[in-house]
Amino acid sequence: MSTITLDDPTVVEFDVRTDEMLVNMGPQHPSTHGVLRLLLRTDGEVVHEVTPHIGYLHRCAEKIGENLAPYQWIPYTDRMDYLAGMNMNLGYALAVEKLCKMEIPERAQIIRVIIAELNRVASHLVGMGAYGLDLGTFSPFLYAFREREKILDLFEETCGARLTYSYLTIGGATHDLPEGWVDRCRDFLDYFEPKIEEYHTLLTRNAIFIKRTAAIGVLPAEMAIAYGCSGPVLRGSGVYHDLRRAEPYSMYDQFKFQVACPVDADGRPQWLEAPKEAVLGDCWHRFYVRMLEVIESCRIVRQGLERYPSSQGEHRSSAWKATMKLPRGEAYVETECPRGQMGFMVIGKDDPIPLRVRARSSSFSNLSVGGELCRGCLIADVPAIIGSLDVVMGEIDR
Amino acid sequence: MTAQEIASVLEQEFAGKITAKNLDAIDPWVAVEPAALAEVAAFCRDDQRLRFDSLQCISGVDYLEPDPKKAKKAGFDPHLEVVYHLYSFKHRHKIVLKAMLPRWKNDAPGELPELPSVAAIWPTADWHEREVYDLSGVAFMGHPNFKRILCPEDWVGHPLRKDYEFPDEYHGIRGK
Repeated sequence: MSTITLDDPTVVEFDVRTDEMLVNMGPQHPSTHGVLRLLLRTDGEVVHEVTPHIGYLHRCAEKIGENLAPYQWIPYTDRMDYLAGMNMNLGYALAVEKLCKMEIPERAQIIRVIIAELNRVASHLVGMGAYGLDLGTFSPFLYAFREREKILDLFEETCGARLTYSYLTIGGATHDLPEGWVDRCRDFLDYFEPKIEEYHTLLTRNAIFIKRTAAIGVLPAEMAIAYGCSGPVLRGSGVYHDLRRAEPYSMYDQFKFQVACPVDADGRPQWLEAPKEAVLGDCWHRFYVRMLEVIESCRIVRQGLERYPSSQGEHRSSAWKATMKLPRGEAYVETECPRGQMGFMVIGKDDPIPLRVRARSSSFSNLSVGGELCRGCLIADVPAIIGSLDVVMGEIDR
Repeated sequence: MTAQEIASVLEQEFAGKITAKNLDAIDPWVAVEPAALAEVAAFCRDDQRLRFDSLQCISGVDYLEPDPKKAKKAGFDPHLEVVYHLYSFKHRHKIVLKAMLPRWKNDAPGELPELPSVAAIWPTADWHEREVYDLSGVAFMGHPNFKRILCPEDWVGHPLRKDYEFPDEYHGIRGK
């Protein structure tokens, strides 16, 4: 009888050879940020293919939009990216205003910039906290929500809602900022800005965090563009493109801020503080773009607060009426939302109800590259990669 | 390049395949013969003057006024448009391509109109075309994985068609 020893490599190979296995992640998996189902085709620990299955939150919001006047559809935009409702409101309002060629008073535009940037901070706080959760650290999430709560308090003062605001609307905003709001907002910034350093200690420079994110899920710039990625996902790959800078809307051209990107406008690397393990386009870079955007958003909010008291005009254009007819024609507007470029198209038919509304979701395109990013990674890296795309399913499924 | 220049480059290259244009529109557009769409799209991406490396959005638009009393005043004949918003990161210019299709192939209700897929040119079109098929009912020929994306695979009909009727019942769930 011959004995089999483990010294023979072919025997070892035979012994540990595993069959391909299909692993179903979601739709209720905590790291899928909502109801996303990923079908993984795995060989042992290695993922060969990831197929996202989406549509669990599909409500056909576009069909609803064909039956409502624009101001009535604004609440439906809140429910797309529900972590950045204000930015969604703004995108649709701008598309309708572009179609109607409506002029917006300066005061309304300043309010919009302040509110949209505060919402970006709130949204990135969730993105950052939840990303920590994906990677197994709970505490940043609690700190992030502590801060976000204060922003929600500020939003509640403006419109009464804490999540689905419908505050920015066609023609401006539904109300002016309440008395003393500017001071309270400034108090919040004074409190919040020094805290950002704590997040860098907790996550950005944390050795475990770097191990889990550096050189994982590397997205080359060409692939990011080809897949229609935008926002932090695109900039993390070293494409210097921010709509607030490239095609300024809502007076963003009058605000000073840096585009958070690993390279500057001329393509020179500018993140000398990046850990040496991290490579351009990996999960760490996408995360760090968001962290820096929070700082820039605070800067923009401060400038807005400075300008607000002396701004001209009303909080809402007098040209807006609920029975306002949308002229024939079509207008498409993309805005820089926390998760990327959210696009809205409105087609008018000389009636208050539009012929068609279209919502182009940034998370939709960002998630579509997920399958490519996960090819060949380990199962444990899948949450790290999908989490770094920071998708919101409400926006993908619409 | 301005929309005017982009349109004249396309007209030079594809004489006879540009069926309509409106350069005074809010977003200037050029309509392309449906059968030539993939060819025009590839040119738009690769030509050094155009370099449209990014496809922002594909939208299906159903032009139909279901109310026969209003149909005369609607200002359009029933048809289907597929709208492509292109952007160039290199030149920072944009254009809108349109393909005008009949609502049904050969006017036979239920037969989806066909359009060549551009998923091989811009990978982002893969999901976008699936969405347009799913919601607006356009068949993209040559698509690598052609199936519904947002609705369940056994869903009947295309919700963004103006004459779409919500099902009475789906797997025992009452619809109306």
